[in-house]
Amino acid sequence: MTGPESLGRFLEIDPADVGCGDTFRLLAAYVDRQLECGDAEARYPGVAAHLRVCGPCSEDLRGLLAAAGLGS
Amino acid sequence: MERAAPVVPKPRRLDHESAEWIAALGEDVPRAREAALARLHGLLLGAARAEATRRAGSLRLAGPEFDDLTQQAADDALLAIISKLGEFRGDSRFTTWAYKFVILEVAGKLTRHAWRRTAPSLMEEDWGLLPDRFGFGPADIAEFGELLVLVRQAVDEDLTPRQRRIFVAIVLQGVPLDVLVEELQSNRNAIYKSLFDARRKIRSRLVANGYMDEKDVAPS
Repeated sequence: MTGPESLGRFLEIDPADVGCGDTFRLLAAYVDRQLECGDAEARYPGVAAHLRVCGPCSEDLRGLLAAAGLGS
Repeated sequence: MERAAPVVPKPRRLDHESAEWIAALGEDVPRAREAALARLHGLLLGAARAEATRRAGSLRLAGPEFDDLTQQAADDALLAIISKLGEFRGDSRFTTWAYKFVILEVAGKLTRHAWRRTAPSLMEEDWGLLPDRFGFGPADIAEFGELLVLVRQAVDEDLTPRQRRIFVAIVLQGVPLDVLVEELQSNRNAIYKSLFDARRKIRSRLVANGYMDEKDVAPS
């Protein structure tokens, strides 16, 4: 990826992005939906939009998928 | 230590296991409630250890340091869960809902731990780092250097002081979001929102100068 492409990606704005707060509120439901049905992105598009651009929240998602997956 | 009975939600749409958790944590009998809390703490501690191991990577966190961090994460998560139990609506399994608190605690504690080890002692505002932050090589700079000039102008002229501070910390200085949360005594959502608005303003300047199209720019 070139510098201008990297800058362009950083500046991409998705109006559907719900932010960190709502993502955390819905993260458990998102994870269970993903583990049970595999279609969490479609069920929670605003959360999915946020997870695509927020590193800390997407890392939380990976951790929660691992924790909930082990317990299911 | 005997704790006051937490506020528990009215059970609705709960799966069997979640309903059992909610009932046990709302027990009127202190001994039964303490047993449920101890069982939950055990689950949280196991999840904290697994998550800290998954994230630790090059941190080489081990021994008493690892034990202290994961124990503290489980303790803090349990307190958060008790205080927020009334917010559990059964949209997920109870254990998944509970795990997210310990994941968040581990994330924050590990990030701050790593930052304390690696952060430069003097945080200067070095704009010479900007090309590198976005991976601009010499050829990119030669051809698209004005892009970076416009970004700097937007940061200096279009952002609010708080948006500017957050952009400089996260983008220029590489401060992790969870570290900045603590430094500004804020929360992830507020800082993310400020950075989101900063990105929109910077993009708007690039659009006005013909470097980007307006597609995907959120309305103000």
